[in-house]
Amino acid sequence: MAIRNLLTRKTLATSPLGMLGFRSLKTFSLPDLPYDYGALEPAISGEIMQLHHQKHHQTYITNYNKALEQLDDAMSKGDASTVVKLQSAIKFNGGGHVNHSIFWKNLAPIREGGGEPPKGSLGWAIDNNFGSLETLIQKMNAEGAALQGSGWVWLGVDKELKHLVVESTGNQDPLVTKGPSLIPLLGIDVWEHAYYLQYKNVKPDYLKNIWKVMNWKYASDVYDKECPES
Amino acid sequence: MVAIAVAAGITTPLTFPLFPGFRRSSRSSQLRMSQKAGHGVITGKFELRPPPYPLDALEPHMSRSTFEYHWGKHHRAYVDNLNKQIAGTELTGKTLEDVIVATYNSGNLLPPFNNAAQVWNHDFFWESMKPGGGGKPSGEILDLINRDFGSFEEFAKEFKTAAATQFGSGWAWLVYKDKDKKLAVVQSPNAVNPLVLDQVPLLTVDVWEVINQKFSVVHSLRR
Repeated sequence: MAIRNLLTRKTLATSPLGMLGFRSLKTFSLPDLPYDYGALEPAISGEIMQLHHQKHHQTYITNYNKALEQLDDAMSKGDASTVVKLQSAIKFNGGGHVNHSIFWKNLAPIREGGGEPPKGSLGWAIDNNFGSLETLIQKMNAEGAALQGSGWVWLGVDKELKHLVVESTGNQDPLVTKGPSLIPLLGIDVWEHAYYLQYKNVKPDYLKNIWKVMNWKYASDVYDKECPES
Repeated sequence: MVAIAVAAGITTPLTFPLFPGFRRSSRSSQLRMSQKAGHGVITGKFELRPPPYPLDALEPHMSRSTFEYHWGKHHRAYVDNLNKQIAGTELTGKTLEDVIVATYNSGNLLPPFNNAAQVWNHDFFWESMKPGGGGKPSGEILDLINRDFGSFEEFAKEFKTAAATQFGSGWAWLVYKDKDKKLAVVQSPNAVNPLVLDQVPLLTVDVWEVINQKFSVVHSLRR
């Protein structure tokens, strides 16, 4: 039995297709939102949620897939300069996909716990690292307001040093570009597309209101996984 | 001979190649800083200049309400915040271009850079457009465009591509590269502009997200 399995199991290296250098490229599709577009109102309008999800996030995915196909092609041809040239499109569009996938999960309708402050070990960690939840929120909002151009503000955990950090990144750079051991717990999109239709140029109001739909449960789950109580 | 005005006079000794008949725009930014009449004392406060045409003059390409927001809120905020940032520092009393170059700091941006450069960029942007503009340029600049891009259509395509492919927030520019002695299309992120890259800006379009409009290229042709 086992031997037959071994013989029939197709590995990349030994299957005829594998030996020709074909491998299946994993491409991506738009993840569903875990709630309706209008469910985060009035903090974030349904109009923004729909555009943000169906247009912006979808575009990142479409362009990421395109870049991946081009990368696959260039790699199989050994075309080093094209491989290197594609890196910025991959970082931008791949980052856009990664970041937005986290973003949808770190928001929740109020009736599903959005806005409820963190308890348990993340709550403790916030008090230890920042003094209080209010201080953390103020710090993140200040960074978000001060960010010039397009980018994100993050609450993250350094999984080596086991402490919390607040960081901002530009464009669609994921949090890991600020430190290889940083894991995002919450991200706030401060690209204009995330708030402009509703809040216009008053970014601080968007930053104030988004906390009403912040899904601390998601952040706590990620934190507990990275920093399990010993 | 049609003179193409390069909006916002550049205060460095950079010698712009003098096309026959070329003259600088009379709306030089050297005049922007408020001066006490008769004494020439510069008070150091920058002012928000109104665009050179009414706020509804670019309809239907840009709506009055978009323009009102862009100029009245965003551009105004850059001016106000810049003034706050430089008050009491050695940057007061400098021209806007000097503040930009000083705070660009060879790429190591100082805090006022974003506001200073964005004030300049938006002034230039309004001047890059005009009511009833559009179409093709003529004279000296068209010759240069044909020489350096092949044709006006090629230039327009390259310009639109630059505008559409800038990651995040930024600008697309038609510039004259003095050291190469040719025209080029460049893109810049956030507030960076050709002044700090030693290039001479001729036209620009704002591609920060809030301004995401697929412009047909609107030229400013001034006599």
